Amino acid sequence: MKGFWHDAVEFFPILMNGVALTIVVTIGSLLLSTVLGLVWAMMRVSGIKALSMLSASLINVIRGIPIIVLLFYLYFVMPDLGVTLSALQAAILGLGIAYSAYQAENFRAGIEAIDKGQIEAAQSIGMGWWLTMRRVVLPQAVRIVLPPYGNVMIMMLKDSSQASTITVAELALQGKLIASSTFKNTSVFTLVALMYLTMSIPLILLVRHFEKRAGKR
Amino acid sequence: MIELNDVHKSFGKVEVLKGITDSVQKGEVVCIIGPSGSGKSTILRCINGLESYDRGEISVEGLKVDRESPSIVNIRTQVSMVFQRFNLFPHRTVLENVVEGPLYVKKEPRAAAFERGRALLAQVGLAEKADAHPPQLSGGQQQRVAIARALAMQPKAILFDEPTSALDPELVGDVLGVMRKLADDGMTMVVVTHEMGFARDVADRVLFIDGGVIVEQGPAKALLNQPQHPRTQDFLRRVLHPL
Repeated sequence: MKGFWHDAVEFFPILMNGVALTIVVTIGSLLLSTVLGLVWAMMRVSGIKALSMLSASLINVIRGIPIIVLLFYLYFVMPDLGVTLSALQAAILGLGIAYSAYQAENFRAGIEAIDKGQIEAAQSIGMGWWLTMRRVVLPQAVRIVLPPYGNVMIMMLKDSSQASTITVAELALQGKLIASSTFKNTSVFTLVALMYLTMSIPLILLVRHFEKRAGKR
Repeated sequence: MIELNDVHKSFGKVEVLKGITDSVQKGEVVCIIGPSGSGKSTILRCINGLESYDRGEISVEGLKVDRESPSIVNIRTQVSMVFQRFNLFPHRTVLENVVEGPLYVKKEPRAAAFERGRALLAQVGLAEKADAHPPQLSGGQQQRVAIARALAMQPKAILFDEPTSALDPELVGDVLGVMRKLADDGMTMVVVTHEMGFARDVADRVLFIDGGVIVEQGPAKALLNQPQHPRTQDFLRRVLHPL
């Protein structure tokens, strides 16, 4: 145990560099997946068949490809096609695209859970599709969507470790590098696990808060 | 003002409207009665384009109702609707519900819209509920807010789709009272209802609909007191004397 504390003090600053990158990857891909997911979901519920089918197929293609393969594709294959991305860019893009499919299905479920009477009431006072979405459907859907959205945040935080496979020196890769050069596997990976857990706990509490609020109405 | 000419409508294989022809004059109060599933609500929903129709033509002040055309917004801002289940926006306050259309559809100035919104809430007897949220109100109060929301659009006509059917019996009177006042003020109203007393006292004309056709229509008192068609007689007997 004494050895662990000693190692912890020594490795903590290096691992914190990893934490910083983990947070950058998580927030970046969270934002991207939210925006893309909203776009896919809007296309799905647009009522325009071509858009809805395009979005459905996109979602299925994305869902059918493992994140790690998507990352390899963006980082190793795109340069052959003339698009060179930094490891960090590829990681954010890959995780963002991969999770946009889950976000889209979550958003769609939330939108479709809104009572049809709400949409009719909006139409009956002359609102068009977009105004109905913006003023009536989306504000109510947010309450339904938030708890699962929080869960996606937690999953994305942990899955950001997959960025290590394309050389992004986030927390998991930092840990692996230290462990392989010092052979202090136990200390390092315990520390890494604790650091992920520490970052997850606020999110877990946030989800609980969302769930309580959603249950109120 | 509202013209229906040989309107047909099917849901899948079921034909719910089999040629409805009628004309609602400005200032007229028309009640539509009939058994459930007869197509009463569908007529209302076709008039403001919530539902499409297959054949025939509906027009409001000479403008054809076509829910695929952008002109439908014009019709909806002129013909408001009050729903059986109120359909108030639960995430907005009562006052915000009322000013939603004027602010965001008609782009009226904020101060004027809110001022009129408060006046309308006072008119339906709910001035003190302006800042409450709809789920905190009783059904009767919610429906009166819905009427204020409809009025806020300054419509030329209001469609009421069984406005009191979802209410506890003791709350029906408040809503009917507000509607009666509107009728007295000359509002054009088409009301689908099971309230025969309201139809008799307030309506100018009553349509009895069964099986997707207008079986009988005429001045309210005449039709309700001396129905001519056997189906109307049978329906009224069962509604007025259920035991």
